[in-house]
Amino acid sequence: MPFPVSDLILIVPELFLTAVALGLLIYATVVSREKEGAIAWMALAALVLTGVLLFVPFSSVTSLPQIGFAGMFAVDKFSLFFKILILAAAAVTILFSLRFIGSSPYPGGEYYCLILLTTVGMLFMVSGVHLVSIYIALELMALSQYVLAGYFKQETKSIEAAAKYFVLGAFSSGVLLYGLSLVYGAARTLTLTGVAQALAASPKAPLFILGIILVACGLFFKIASAPFHVWAPDVYEGAPTPIAAFFAVGPKLAAYAIFARIFYSGFGPGSADWTVIVAASAALTMVVGNVGALMQENVKRLLGYSSIGHAGYALMGFLGYGTDFGLPALMIYLASYALMTLGAFGLVVMLETKGYAGESVDDFNGLARKNPTAAAAMLVFLLSLTGIPPTVGFIGKYYLFTSAMKAGWFWLALLGVLMSAVSLFYYFRIVRAMYLVDGEGELRWKEEPAVSAAVIACLAGTLLFGILPQPLVSWAKACLLN
Amino acid sequence: MITLTHYVGLSFLLFSIGVTGVLIRRNLLTVLMSIELMLNAVNLNLIAFSRQLGDLNGHLFAIFIITVAAGEAAIGLAIIVSLYRLKGSVNLDDAAEMKG
Repeated sequence: MPFPVSDLILIVPELFLTAVALGLLIYATVVSREKEGAIAWMALAALVLTGVLLFVPFSSVTSLPQIGFAGMFAVDKFSLFFKILILAAAAVTILFSLRFIGSSPYPGGEYYCLILLTTVGMLFMVSGVHLVSIYIALELMALSQYVLAGYFKQETKSIEAAAKYFVLGAFSSGVLLYGLSLVYGAARTLTLTGVAQALAASPKAPLFILGIILVACGLFFKIASAPFHVWAPDVYEGAPTPIAAFFAVGPKLAAYAIFARIFYSGFGPGSADWTVIVAASAALTMVVGNVGALMQENVKRLLGYSSIGHAGYALMGFLGYGTDFGLPALMIYLASYALMTLGAFGLVVMLETKGYAGESVDDFNGLARKNPTAAAAMLVFLLSLTGIPPTVGFIGKYYLFTSAMKAGWFWLALLGVLMSAVSLFYYFRIVRAMYLVDGEGELRWKEEPAVSAAVIACLAGTLLFGILPQPLVSWAKACLLN
Repeated sequence: MITLTHYVGLSFLLFSIGVTGVLIRRNLLTVLMSIELMLNAVNLNLIAFSRQLGDLNGHLFAIFIITVAAGEAAIGLAIIVSLYRLKGSVNLDDAAEMKG
C-alpha cells in the first residue's frame, strides 16, 4: 500500500511528540536525579507545542476529512476535539506529578517519557479509521499504561494494580481482536468505510453479529463499563495518584472516540441494533458504579467507582445514533467529565504526602477550616460531578439525558437522574468531612504551585462552562463525525 | 479437504481455551500463556480469511499482532517478576490487597 510522502504532514503533531519522548528518554540517562524536574517541564512544553502543531495538518489540506496513509489515518475536526482534550489531560497529569514523583524514590525520566508515549497512542487512536491502525494505537496506549500503573514498583498496591490492569487489559484486547478478525472475514476489508458498505449489503451475517458483540465487549473494558468494569477501582487505588487521574480521563476519551468511530462510521450504517447492547450496558454501569461508590472509604477508589457511573451516563450519548444530538451530547459530557475529574484528583494529590497516606475520606476532615479555598474548590468539583448547576457537570448531564429521551430511551434517562441522586450521598460524605467534621490535627496539607495552577485551571473551566456553556456546546457541534 | 470452516472452527476452539484459561487459572504465567493463545487464535482467523479472500491485509494485520504480542509478553513478564520480588508468588490470589 504505497502512500505519498506528503501524507507525513498529517501526522506532524504525533511525530513531534514521539521524537520528544524518545529524546527525553535518552536525556534522562545522562541527567542527575536532582535535575529531573527539567524533564517534566520539557515534557509539558512538548505537549503545549503539540497542541499548536495540531493545526498544521488543517492548514495543509483543502477539504475535510482528509484520509492519509492508504486509508489508515483521518484528519478531521472530530479528532481535533479529542486530541485537544487528551493533550490537556496529559499536561495536567504532568503538573500533578512534579512533586509527587520528585519526592518519591523512583526515577522521573521514564515516567514522563511513558506519559508522552501513551499520549501519542491516544492521538493516533482518535484518528484511526482502519482496524490495524486503531489496534496498534490502542496497544501503544495500553502498554505504556501497564508500566505506569506499576511505576511504584516497591509498593505492593502499585504492582498489584499493574498486574490486574495487564491481565484484564490484554484479555480485552484479545476479545476486541477476535471480534475484529470476524468483522474482517465478513467484510473482506479492514477500513471502516469498507466495513460499513459490506454490512449494509448483508446486515444479518452471523459473523458480523458475533464480531460486533465482541468488539463492543472489548471496548466496554477500555471505558470501564459494566459488566467489564471490575479492574477500574483496583487500578485507580493502586496506581500513583497522578496516573490514576490520567487513567480516569485520557484513555477513556480515546476509547469513546474510537467507539464512536467504529460504531458510527463502521457498524452504524448497516445496522443500528447495537444500540440495545449499549443501552443495557449503560443501565448496568450506572447502577453498579453509583451503588458501589456508596461503600468506599478510599477517595481514589470512590472516584474510581464514580467514574464507572459516569461511563454509564456517557454511553447514553451513543443511543442517539442517526440523530444530530447524541454525539455532541457525549462530547460535551466528556469535556465536562475531564475538567471535574482531574480537578477532584488534583486535590487528592495535594493531600497525599508520601506513599498512599492521605487517601481516605477521613483525611479530608476539617479541610474547610485549614484551607477554605481548597475546600471550596473540592466542593465545586463534587457539585459538578453530581450534576448540580451552575457547574459544567450539570450542562453535560442535561444534554445527555435530553438526548437519551429524544432518542426514545425515557426509562434510561430516568435511571440516570435517579443514580445522580444516589451519587449525592457519597460525594457529600467528602463535603461533610471537609465542613462538618473537626480534625485539624490529622490533616497533612501541602501547598504546591504546579498542582494549584492545574486545579485552578480545572476550576475555572468547570465554573465558566457551567455559567456560559455556549462556546463548549457550539465547539462540540462543529466537531462532529462526518 | 480442509476448508475455511475448519480453520475458523479451530480458531474458535483455541480462543475458547484461551478465554477459559484467563478466567479460571490463578497463576499469572498460565494466564499470560492463555492470552497468547487468544491472540494466536485471532492470527489463525485472519490468515485463513486472508487466504480465502485473496487479500493481503489480513496477513499484514497478523504480523502486527505478532509484533505487539511480543511487546505485551515482555511487559507482562516484567510485571510478574516485580510481583514475585514483592510477594514471593506469581499467583493472582496473593495479589489481593485491594478489595471492595
